[in-house]
Amino acid sequence: MSINRQKHYEPWVDRHKQGTLFRRGLHLDWPLLAGLLILSGIGLIVLYSASGQDMDHLWRQATRLGLAFGVMIGVAQIPPHHIERWTPWLFGAGILMLLAVEAVGDISKGAQRWLDLGIIRFQPSELMKLAVPMMVAWYLAETRLPPSLKATGVAAALIFIPVGLIAMQPDLGTSLLVCAAGVFVVLLSGISWRFIGIIAFLGTCAVPLMWFFGMHDYQRQRVLTFLDPGTDPLGTGYHIIQSMIAIGSGGLYGKGWLNGTQSQLDFIPERSTDFIFAVFAEEFGFFGIVLLLTIYLFVILRGLYIASQAQNSFTRLLAGSLTITFFVYVAVNIGMVSGLLPVVGVPLPLISYGGTSMITLMTGFGILMSIQTHRKLVTT
Amino acid sequence: MSQFDLKDHLRENQLFTNRTIVALVGITLVITAIIIRMVYLQVIGHEHYSTLSQNNRVGIVPLAPTRGLILDRNGVILAQNLPSFSLEIVAERVKDMDLIIKQLAAIVEISERDVDRFKEQLQQQRRFQPATLRFRLNETEVARLAVNRHRFPGVEVQARLVRYYPQTALTVHAIGYVGRISEKDEQEIEAANYAATTHIGKLGIEKAYEDVLHGTVGYQRVETNAFGRMVRVLDRIEPVPGQNIVLTLDTELQRVARDAMGEEIGAVVAINPKNGEILTLVSTGDFDPNLFVNGIDRKTYKELQESPARPLFNRALQGQYPPGSTFKPFVALAGQELGVIDAEHTVFCRGWYSLKGSTHRYRDWKKEGHGTTDLKKAVIESCDVYFYELAQALGVDRLHDYLTQFGFGRRTGIDIAGEATGILPSTRWKRDTYNKPWYLGETLITGIGQGYTLTTPLQLAVTTATLANGGQYHQPHLLGSIVNAQTEQLFVPKHPSSTIKKVDNRHWQAVIDGMINVVHSDRGTARRLDHGQPYQIGGKTGTAQVAGIKQGAKYNEDETPKHLRDHALFIAFAPADDPTIAVAVIVEHGGHGGSVAAPIAGAVIDHYLQGAAPPP
Repeated sequence: MSINRQKHYEPWVDRHKQGTLFRRGLHLDWPLLAGLLILSGIGLIVLYSASGQDMDHLWRQATRLGLAFGVMIGVAQIPPHHIERWTPWLFGAGILMLLAVEAVGDISKGAQRWLDLGIIRFQPSELMKLAVPMMVAWYLAETRLPPSLKATGVAAALIFIPVGLIAMQPDLGTSLLVCAAGVFVVLLSGISWRFIGIIAFLGTCAVPLMWFFGMHDYQRQRVLTFLDPGTDPLGTGYHIIQSMIAIGSGGLYGKGWLNGTQSQLDFIPERSTDFIFAVFAEEFGFFGIVLLLTIYLFVILRGLYIASQAQNSFTRLLAGSLTITFFVYVAVNIGMVSGLLPVVGVPLPLISYGGTSMITLMTGFGILMSIQTHRKLVTT
Repeated sequence: MSQFDLKDHLRENQLFTNRTIVALVGITLVITAIIIRMVYLQVIGHEHYSTLSQNNRVGIVPLAPTRGLILDRNGVILAQNLPSFSLEIVAERVKDMDLIIKQLAAIVEISERDVDRFKEQLQQQRRFQPATLRFRLNETEVARLAVNRHRFPGVEVQARLVRYYPQTALTVHAIGYVGRISEKDEQEIEAANYAATTHIGKLGIEKAYEDVLHGTVGYQRVETNAFGRMVRVLDRIEPVPGQNIVLTLDTELQRVARDAMGEEIGAVVAINPKNGEILTLVSTGDFDPNLFVNGIDRKTYKELQESPARPLFNRALQGQYPPGSTFKPFVALAGQELGVIDAEHTVFCRGWYSLKGSTHRYRDWKKEGHGTTDLKKAVIESCDVYFYELAQALGVDRLHDYLTQFGFGRRTGIDIAGEATGILPSTRWKRDTYNKPWYLGETLITGIGQGYTLTTPLQLAVTTATLANGGQYHQPHLLGSIVNAQTEQLFVPKHPSSTIKKVDNRHWQAVIDGMINVVHSDRGTARRLDHGQPYQIGGKTGTAQVAGIKQGAKYNEDETPKHLRDHALFIAFAPADDPTIAVAVIVEHGGHGGSVAAPIAGAVIDHYLQGAAPPP
């Protein structure tokens, strides 16, 4: 790219604005990287406790993190306009793969989500977490902003076709997150508040329809259990109750690392994956949570800053959407573990044990870094 | 990027910045909501959730105390606890019970009776409690089950202490047995102390001293995981084992008595007249108490219930028999002490006695009569006519009031439950019981221990002991002392005693002399017991009529079916000058006291005074 040449002209700008410390240029955003590394570190510490001091678990997670950070750094080196150019192809491929899953997907955990590519098993819905906001941003960036009604309609189609396919798998949690990622792009693009109000109203009206026609029994059960976990204390409600007990019994200071009885004695279900926040809350208490939220907030603010500094509509919308989606992951996971939201199966970013979603997430951060570090000097 | 218009660009940028600020506000709101939620859970609800977490984690597991041992007076073990492996099944966790039993039967031996008893137990107990299919698995069976364990969810091999009675049937009517705690038991016990206990004393000493033998429950607080599996013990309060009980019973003497009884049905009770200690308490038929410990199967129980020997019936305490002639020494003593006769008083016996104005003949057992009979001769030869006349002179109420002091007609107060009262009739008793007046004829037959009078073997032994030691009444008891594991005495009970007011010692001596001559004179009805032993035995034979004999008819033992034959009785004490043992023997349908019952008492006395360790 042309960065070296710019540096040649105005080296101080390079150091200052682009945040690239290596003179001959690995494209990295150091504040973001620092935040992510701290979160990953905390994640490994909590995982060690949550897995029952299982080093195997820890190594596998560390390997995944290494891979994910590698992917992130790799993606960060790709200039944004390349990413923009590939977006429609990526989106198209994602749609095809979702259709393929629909046709031949493995049955896994009672739902068809995995596509077996021989060497690796792949979840196309994970790809769509990135491909959908990218595609919507790509499309809207081509139009005048704020988007016209027609453009909004097209964007809605770009969102709801993949979301519908994912929901059919059925994977309600992921489809909602993919939907959110696309919708954030539309919202950030400047769509009028009146229009948002109408959509919100229609959405509210659609809830009963969803309830009666669009949901599986187990999904309905989850929502019901969320509304009153006490009705089924040994069944589905058990997860939420035990998780709330873990969090509540942690108190201000927590029971101490490796000392959470709810965690160590298997009372918390899925304690190293979706419910790992309960382990953290039990062992590190309220102050631990505040610290963790602060770090998350730091990453989010950095992401929004990157978005605000982005130089064109595509990068700006994409960066904003990726950051807000990241926050949504955090909020939904904590909300579900603490009984504020129904259990939807969203991992806590960088802390939960698990591979695919982490790769997706770090690819997103790679895109953010790419956007931040490949800016051309434009006087504003 | 395609429409690179500076104005548009600025506007878009402005729009984006606005929306980003909205997003920031939204994010702040959501984070605030999360923080509030955390405050709610971790600060306001902290105590509540801490309690829940603690309850989740900590379980209280009660620990059963080890039941105390029961020993005889010489330290012989009568009841102990043996470790035993049993095969237990939680029925609720098994889908097809019959199939599982069939499969298990291929691995370990399971009899039809085991299955029967197992199903019986299942019906009686609470849900999710294990029921035992097989007891006393041997090592091979335990190993086989361990290997196949994965095939049988809900099936466990448990090591438990099982109550065991090494003397089996020998001491059953004294010791009793323990059994599984029934619903009825549960209402009577202190639930907390029995939280881990599975068995409780059902009968005999085991029941009577349940509180002493049981001990105090212990607890351990354990950390359990979400699957209820114990992770570690947090702390532990050890159970206090039950205390050991030393009985007054002499197992060797018991065995001598039991062997002497042979196939006969009846009871032998031996007592130390000096203190009321029960040395022997035999009741035949008997049964193996170990059958009852873990629940008896229906078939065996039915066999026991339907056996003509009625082995479950404790004759020593519950059997009520007419004392027959064994009653006579007491009547003789009453006659003297109440001033009706003296030892020199004589009666002419013609072989029968009639009341004035009546033709009804009260027969003497000796058809031709005993001739001129004084008190001593009346006791030695058991002259009925003498006692008809004496009883008439005494009157039933005076007789009743005097003999009550010896323990006739009332419970002895022995420390195991179930004893019968017996009957010592009086006019008032008859009015209360039958609402009928007393007839003089009834007084006569009361004088020879027939009619309404009924005694238990235990009562006979106690009254004999009281007579033998000159009027000292000691409440009979089986409990010698309570000891700890180091056999240090913790408690020696005091048993009530009382003294019968004596008018003249010679009256007592006359009766005792008569009883000595029953054994040691040529005309005595139990002379066969005299074999030159270095001490004298005082005794009295008795024959209790079972079937009525018509006026003028003749009783012929050999022609009478066994179940209609008379009961044979014998009471005795020795050494006669300073008695340390008093014995009562009853052999149901045994015929003559002298020939059947007396040798049994003789064997017991001889063993006690000659064969075994001297009494303390």
